[in-house]
Amino acid sequence: MSLFAIMISSILVNNYVFARFLGICPFLGVSNKMETATGMGIAVTFVTTLASVITYIIQHAILNNLGLQYLQTIVFILVIASLVQFVELALKKISPGLYSAMGVYLPLITTNCMVLGVAILNIQEGFNLIQTTTNAVGASLGFFLALVLIAALREKMDIADIPESLAGFPITLIAAGLMSIAFAGFAGLV
Amino acid sequence: MSAILNPVVVLGGLGLLFGVLLSIASKVFAVYVDPKVEEILNALPGANCGACGFPGCAGLAGALADGKAPTNACTIGGQKVANHVAEILGVNAATFDKKVAVVLCQGDCDKAKDKYKYHGIKDCRIQTTLAGGQKECSYGCVGCGSCFDVCEFNAIRMINGIAVVNAENCTACNKCVEICPKNIIELVPYESHAVVKCMSKDPGKLVRSYCSVGCIGCQICVKNCPTDAFSFENNLARINYDKCINCMVCVEKCPTNAIDNTSIISEEFAKRFAS
Repeated sequence: MSLFAIMISSILVNNYVFARFLGICPFLGVSNKMETATGMGIAVTFVTTLASVITYIIQHAILNNLGLQYLQTIVFILVIASLVQFVELALKKISPGLYSAMGVYLPLITTNCMVLGVAILNIQEGFNLIQTTTNAVGASLGFFLALVLIAALREKMDIADIPESLAGFPITLIAAGLMSIAFAGFAGLV
Repeated sequence: MSAILNPVVVLGGLGLLFGVLLSIASKVFAVYVDPKVEEILNALPGANCGACGFPGCAGLAGALADGKAPTNACTIGGQKVANHVAEILGVNAATFDKKVAVVLCQGDCDKAKDKYKYHGIKDCRIQTTLAGGQKECSYGCVGCGSCFDVCEFNAIRMINGIAVVNAENCTACNKCVEICPKNIIELVPYESHAVVKCMSKDPGKLVRSYCSVGCIGCQICVKNCPTDAFSFENNLARINYDKCINCMVCVEKCPTNAIDNTSIISEEFAKRFAS
């Protein structure tokens, strides 16, 4: 598969939020404002890309050589948790406003199944290092795209006249479902 | 042996490596946090009610440490918290003037007439949308208890169709004031006991026709007040609590008993709050 195909596939066709249904927690949790959504997108992009590269190296350099493939999940989680901790420290210093805006969802990147999902799928697909990086960047861009799209919709929905019983999360979930159907239109593109 | 040793070494080694890297990062990205913030946060009630106007207790703690909020900013903490905060900050505590919410309506089921019987959802905001509520008086308490529902401090009871606030439990968190669709809940100083419990801006004759305890705009209170604490506007008397000396002349003179002495507690009131 060419790098371009991998990129398009991970951003649109197999969008990790809309097609694989991974990373739904931050997708709903921090998508009420454009600013926090963008911040979260950047943080996840950073963590996913770096985590994919590091886990690729660990998988091939250590786990495969020693026949310890069964440690994959726990080692990957260790890598991701450390990276999230690192991002948290850095963000606290660089942008305290963004840090408090993301609140509990920042440490929750640790349990963002998309990050772990991308890392594991990279290994399963048998990608090399460059393909892994491409896929990770694509996946996080796809997540970023989903987050920004839903945040833009939610900002509009905040001021729209929505029946009281649907206001808030219900209408967001309906919108997310419709977006997921829309993204199904990309199937067969690659 | 290596089957056990390898995973232990790999996992332990990686953990150690990341631990060391993170500890270096925490030194590089260290942020100085004022220890006072933490101390103040512990002194605050931690209810995160937002009555101070800051986003939760943490927001107020930050503002207090920066000197951007007065030491008595926490309305529910009272003088005790104000003193504690002042002690931490090393400044003199601002005196805390405790306020309590008062429902400015006495038109209960016996005293005020209804224009229809409401059998809908028990929510004042919904009842108000139906021709302004079931009471003939369009200013009075509609009695569905939205303030009771929103009160987190067990300070409101619905007694005979109107909301009544218990001053002892009330912390002036402002929640009932915000939710009341009739805007008839007001924060008054705890020490002031004479309160005009009516919000009707209708002319006196009309008020008399639907409520026996409404302000009819006779201005007897205005004329008799020794400290000129009353103002009169839109057929309604209002008390300036800064001037009120609790002489209770107005309470005695008011022909419809629209001015109430809040320090006198009715039997029903005591019973409902005791249970």
